[in-house]
Amino acid sequence: MNITFVLNGRKTTAEINADTMLFGLLRMLGCYSVKCGCETANCGLCTVIFNGKPVLSCAMPAFRADGCTIETLEGLQNEAELFGSFMADEGADQCGFCNPGFIMNVIAMERELKDPDDGEIKEYLAGNLCRCTGYVGHLRAIKKYLSYKRGEGR
Amino acid sequence: MKSVNEPVRKKDAMALVTGKPVYMDDIAPKDCLVIKLLRSPYARAIIKNIDISPAMKVEKMTAVFTYEDVPQKRYTNAGQTYPEPSPYDRLILDRLLRCVGDPVAIVVGENEKAVDKAMRLIKVEYEVLEPLLDFTKAKDSPIIIHPEDNWKVLCEVGADNRRNLVSTGVEQGGDVDRVLKECDVVVDEVYHTKAVQQTMMETFRTFAYMDAFGRLNIVSSTQIAFHVRRVVANALDIPKSKIRVTKPRIGGGFGAKQTAVSEFYPAFVTWKTGRPSKIIYSRKETQTISSPRHEMSIRVRLGAMKNGKIRAIDVYTLSNQGAYGEHGPTTVGLTGHKSIPIYDPEAFRFSYDVVYTNTMAAGAYRGYGATQGQFAVESAVNELAHKIGLDPVKIREMNMLKEGKTMPAYYDEPNNACALDRCLKRAKEMSGWDGKYPCVKVGKNRVRALGVALSMQGSGISNVDEGSATVKLNEGGFYSLAIGAADMGTGCDTILSQMMAECMSCSVDDITVFGPDTDVSPYDSGSYASSTTYITGMAVVKACDELKKKMYALAAKSLCTTEDKVEFDGKNFRSQKGTLSLEELSYINTDNAGDLLYATCSHVSPVSPPPFAAGIAEIEADIETGKIDLLNFYAVFDCGTVINTNLARVQAEGGLLQGIGMALFEDIQHGKDGRDYSNSLMQYKIPTRTDFGNIQVAFESSYEPTGPFGAKSIGEIVINTPLASIADAIYNATGVRIRELPATPEKVLMGMLEK
Repeated sequence: MNITFVLNGRKTTAEINADTMLFGLLRMLGCYSVKCGCETANCGLCTVIFNGKPVLSCAMPAFRADGCTIETLEGLQNEAELFGSFMADEGADQCGFCNPGFIMNVIAMERELKDPDDGEIKEYLAGNLCRCTGYVGHLRAIKKYLSYKRGEGR
Repeated sequence: MKSVNEPVRKKDAMALVTGKPVYMDDIAPKDCLVIKLLRSPYARAIIKNIDISPAMKVEKMTAVFTYEDVPQKRYTNAGQTYPEPSPYDRLILDRLLRCVGDPVAIVVGENEKAVDKAMRLIKVEYEVLEPLLDFTKAKDSPIIIHPEDNWKVLCEVGADNRRNLVSTGVEQGGDVDRVLKECDVVVDEVYHTKAVQQTMMETFRTFAYMDAFGRLNIVSSTQIAFHVRRVVANALDIPKSKIRVTKPRIGGGFGAKQTAVSEFYPAFVTWKTGRPSKIIYSRKETQTISSPRHEMSIRVRLGAMKNGKIRAIDVYTLSNQGAYGEHGPTTVGLTGHKSIPIYDPEAFRFSYDVVYTNTMAAGAYRGYGATQGQFAVESAVNELAHKIGLDPVKIREMNMLKEGKTMPAYYDEPNNACALDRCLKRAKEMSGWDGKYPCVKVGKNRVRALGVALSMQGSGISNVDEGSATVKLNEGGFYSLAIGAADMGTGCDTILSQMMAECMSCSVDDITVFGPDTDVSPYDSGSYASSTTYITGMAVVKACDELKKKMYALAAKSLCTTEDKVEFDGKNFRSQKGTLSLEELSYINTDNAGDLLYATCSHVSPVSPPPFAAGIAEIEADIETGKIDLLNFYAVFDCGTVINTNLARVQAEGGLLQGIGMALFEDIQHGKDGRDYSNSLMQYKIPTRTDFGNIQVAFESSYEPTGPFGAKSIGEIVINTPLASIADAIYNATGVRIRELPATPEKVLMGMLEK
């Protein structure tokens, strides 16, 4: 079947099968930032923003994208660079494989929550697994980033 | 120092955080054949017959390979220096299947759909045999896991396939039986650690293609490029000269990728078909048929006097190797070598058996046996403290290894640099030990408690691990650093560049780093055994020294003076005769018929200096349900000089959480038929960010004279302290002694009910 959607600000059409998942479609379209870590919707690596909400693209049939808006890290390079620089300055990027899905969810969190505390941050991002960092560096990066965004300097 | 001991940003950081296509499947050719493996549903079976003809009728199918198609020379896929201590006991495909998941057929097609369909159409007739699943019954069992005649070992490690033995041995110092008899108190207990998975986020994966020279190019997510070249050549029975191995960015390894798990299949398919091919392990495969930590049962006899003086330690380790022998003889060694020396006993014995069973083959996982051994010995020390009524910190202060001593249970190595005493002191302060130990009641059913453990690891494998570096000055005045070590996300590309920047008085940004590529990089045994900073780092320092000598010589010649009259500040060579910039020197180098400004050096160390650690767990136990919450983990590390302060901290935090996971949640569970139930991230639970309170890390530096800039290692030691410290905190909160991990609420609650 044929679907049309907005991918990173561009109108996109694609020929898909009924069993194509959004994850596979996005990679087919060259969005290589989108990763798969588990196939069972547990790890958060395949997170993309779908009509403004973070979703797991490995668990979403591609046909549901018809008429919708999808953002991946390829379309959010400025945001990724800014927040990513805070992660890099903590050394919390590490192997990097979980970074895109994690950063997508941080961007979604920033859009959704106002001044979240540590507990709210952890809760919002609980579905994003990382095996390298122990998450502590992530939290440092997020707090420094949010305080920078509040105009409190770097 | 300008670059060393600084929080330098990882050189690849911005590519990683912006999601650039730098991993194996991002760069694999789009026309790769897709490979999947049909796997055994039985723990032990013989293939009677395979009918592939219906599968080959599927459109877009390319080939199905079975045991009849592969070379019959056995090999090991352990990433170790030749001659490998692991037995040569594998074939790419074997007729005798030795565990659930053992590959039965390699299924190859133009796309995933075709392969999936074909997999269902392959008809296999099995003769199902009784499996040997209990590792305590494996030695001299009538069921022999490897009955074949062409099984072989290259090293004397006590292996005997007829007895299911991968390795056996005993080492001792002093008369341990006599000293134990003289002791006032003897703790004699058995501790059991389960197999656990590294669970790196990027699963095992490899692609292969043939190049213009008819050579097999393997691009793999691996920690061991050079070893992959050898073991694939062995497996395919082709010359090593026909193979080139490189790695892209790697999505984590933690030792899992120190075994060549996925490389053989694309290598074999591409060699046979001439076409590019790839395999991407599913998460299920990565969790169930890979290279996890060895399950071990460890008996400790620890003898001490009433005043707390530890006099004798006797450790016997039984290690469950699973179906194939990767890393068996070597992991077991660390259970004694890295646990006994911490207490410097006057007598010790360390004996072990490593046995084959019909379970998934174990491999290398961060800590590599030290983790298991220290859970046992550190737990025994805690039990001893309780027995004689001493504070567990106090008993460690009395007995722990001091700087300057030799370590009889650790190859008689000198303990050159050791801040273990300062680590423990600081961890105690950070945790507020005095006042909180042993426990504080904080609610009707809630108790907070502390527990402590110490740790040591090594820095590379002495006299075995080899690291190398090639450094050169390029046109324009920037440098290149080529290495054979593998950055798997830990940041060694950056750390080694920091060392080079320090040597050459330049910025990390003035250095490009490349490798590993088995065709181009200087040889490196690979990134494992906590070796890269210590071993390859020293090679970088040596190579820089040599390069500088050549640069001074050329600069002196150009300035018409002698080398001793030239000074170099990183940008300019100055002498009384004039000044020559680095850039000018680089141009002289390009039209200079003499010695090129280029140096390659390698390094092997006769010692493996241990980094040290002290860890304190603060938990809150629900004494009604047995649920344990980790509130805080306080850990202090002595890794010598810290090269990158950020990356060392994150290594520590990440490793500690893996240890916490192993202590509280992680467990590979099998059914009675040998099937692995822990086959997804739903069934195998690694910690999320809401599963713990906080992790607080500090460093107490020592200076290791044999390391680059005084550095030792950090990569592995970080995982060790949570196990025994959490177990003792649970004891202090609930009175329940956990001797088998993980410490689940069920075990804690059952323990409380039994009392």
